[in-house]
Amino acid sequence: MIERTPILNAVTYFIMFLGLLLILGPFWMIFAASTQSLAEVNTVPFNFMPGTDFLHNVQEAWHRANLGPALFNSLVTSLLVMTGKIIVAALSAFAIVYFRSPLRHFFFWMVFLTLMLPLEVRVIPTYNIAADVFEPVRWLIQTLTGVELSLQWNLLNSYSGLVLPLIATATGTFLYRQFYMTLPDELAEAAKMDGARPLRFFIDILLPLSRTNMLALATIMFVYAWNQYLWPKLMTTEADYQTAMVAMRSLIPSVNSLPEWNISMAGALIIMLPPLTVVAVLQRWFVRGLVSTEK
Amino acid sequence: MSGPSYFLVYDRNAGPVDLMNKRAVFKSWWLPMAFALPQLLLIFFFFYWPATSVLTWAFSLEPAFGGVGERLFVGWDNFRDVFADTEYWRSVSLSLFFAFSATALSMFIAFVLAICVDRQLKGSGLFRFFYIWPYAIAAPAVGLAFRFIFAPESGLIAVVNTWSPDLWNPAKFGSHAMILVIVCFAWKWIGYNFIFMTAGLQSIPRSLIEASAMDGSGPVRRAFDLQIPLLAPTLFFLLVLNLTESFVGPDTYGIVDLTTEGGPNKSTDVMVYRIVSEAFRGLNYSGAAAQSLVLIALIMLFTFIQFRYVERRVHYK
Repeated sequence: MIERTPILNAVTYFIMFLGLLLILGPFWMIFAASTQSLAEVNTVPFNFMPGTDFLHNVQEAWHRANLGPALFNSLVTSLLVMTGKIIVAALSAFAIVYFRSPLRHFFFWMVFLTLMLPLEVRVIPTYNIAADVFEPVRWLIQTLTGVELSLQWNLLNSYSGLVLPLIATATGTFLYRQFYMTLPDELAEAAKMDGARPLRFFIDILLPLSRTNMLALATIMFVYAWNQYLWPKLMTTEADYQTAMVAMRSLIPSVNSLPEWNISMAGALIIMLPPLTVVAVLQRWFVRGLVSTEK
Repeated sequence: MSGPSYFLVYDRNAGPVDLMNKRAVFKSWWLPMAFALPQLLLIFFFFYWPATSVLTWAFSLEPAFGGVGERLFVGWDNFRDVFADTEYWRSVSLSLFFAFSATALSMFIAFVLAICVDRQLKGSGLFRFFYIWPYAIAAPAVGLAFRFIFAPESGLIAVVNTWSPDLWNPAKFGSHAMILVIVCFAWKWIGYNFIFMTAGLQSIPRSLIEASAMDGSGPVRRAFDLQIPLLAPTLFFLLVLNLTESFVGPDTYGIVDLTTEGGPNKSTDVMVYRIVSEAFRGLNYSGAAAQSLVLIALIMLFTFIQFRYVERRVHYK
């Protein structure tokens, strides 16, 4: 604070409190609704005091949306996507930064251009290739040699299918690249002088140094993966592989049944809790991950 | 930022990225390939192969009755069909309205909050802590929650219907449904915009603020004459990013799917939602592919604008 401005300070606090209402209000309503009974949740105007039915609502939502397996699937796929993205990012950024291969600009641009191909514009063909991953391989071999192979790999309704198409990462690659660029050149020179080969330098020096970077990337990628909706919705037709985000759909009260918003909100609360915890508890890392290369 | 500007590219999530060179490099022709291989395979199988399918489908037609055989090349016919459809143009204008309203609302609120928090009054850290939360919530979850909060018979807004029936009903009126999806998107993105705006404000040198305070300018004056102009690059970056995300982003799909499903009467049938539902329910692959190409072209345009702007900013520094 530079000068005394009591009136302006009061106005600032007022606006900030309004902002807090706007941000936390929905969270509070979700929470309050999830603790109320069917009659309470449908009172108009809305009663902001929590009720006593929380456990019952959670149980009901758990059962209705099959949340046990769904949350497990979400956790497994999110951790796999997160780990996969970090590995792929660290590796490809290393290839771009520490080697002067003539292909690296081509590679970099290929990765960059994936940003312009979001899933929504290539849903059907991505679905098709997930149903038959080796299609391009068969096509290639047939055009080159004329041999027809019967190689098949179907990713639909499997963890590989939930994970693999989400692992490629332009953002992660840029983040890692940016990190490598900030390291002094002397590091690699010294390592080379000591006779370290690239792989050793990568494993013993770069990876340990990138721990903060890794954590920042991990937080944003975990939230990203947990919150995936369209892809898991498309490719899982069997309930066994449904993720929590997809299960959320079964919590919408249907038009012809009771408006059981208390149960919907209890389910929504549970499903949104893991990424919210990451952002709240690891906020420093999360913000760093988002902002770090925007300089 | 240093290095030649023609090596600069722009990432929607990571910001400007430049391709400078390292002095100490390793020599090997196969190692970089091996390191790049995982990413190369993934983008080939799940990005570029599907993208070529989109390209072929957009310019050809499926043989009738699901028959086998070569696809029929039809040139620009699919595009002509798409552009001749009045429903398509309605969807385009709905998308435009949605994108601009959601972006404006979200950025305005985030901006006001960021300016307030940046005054660093006592306890503002606590406010900052909570303002980031919406970004953690998935679009479908936001959709479900706001569907309840804005429901016509329960939740927060339902009280207006006790004054007069049907004063608010997003399940019945298209304009109400549109307001609902705009609010969902704007609310979720307040968190993201706030993060970047506070980061931008923090990067303004403290000495500059103090110097202008010495010259007698108050906080409001400093906000308008100092902070806003210096924040302009961040604001521009966020503007383009918000527009892109609301126009073609996954959040728009998730929100629409959980709140209105494009209805009532297709009044929230925005382009992303339309493409996905047309491809899956209508099984109109060629039409969806043509619409996808239009969207990809739009994304490229947005990215190009970012790109131009980054180059300019680099020259200024």
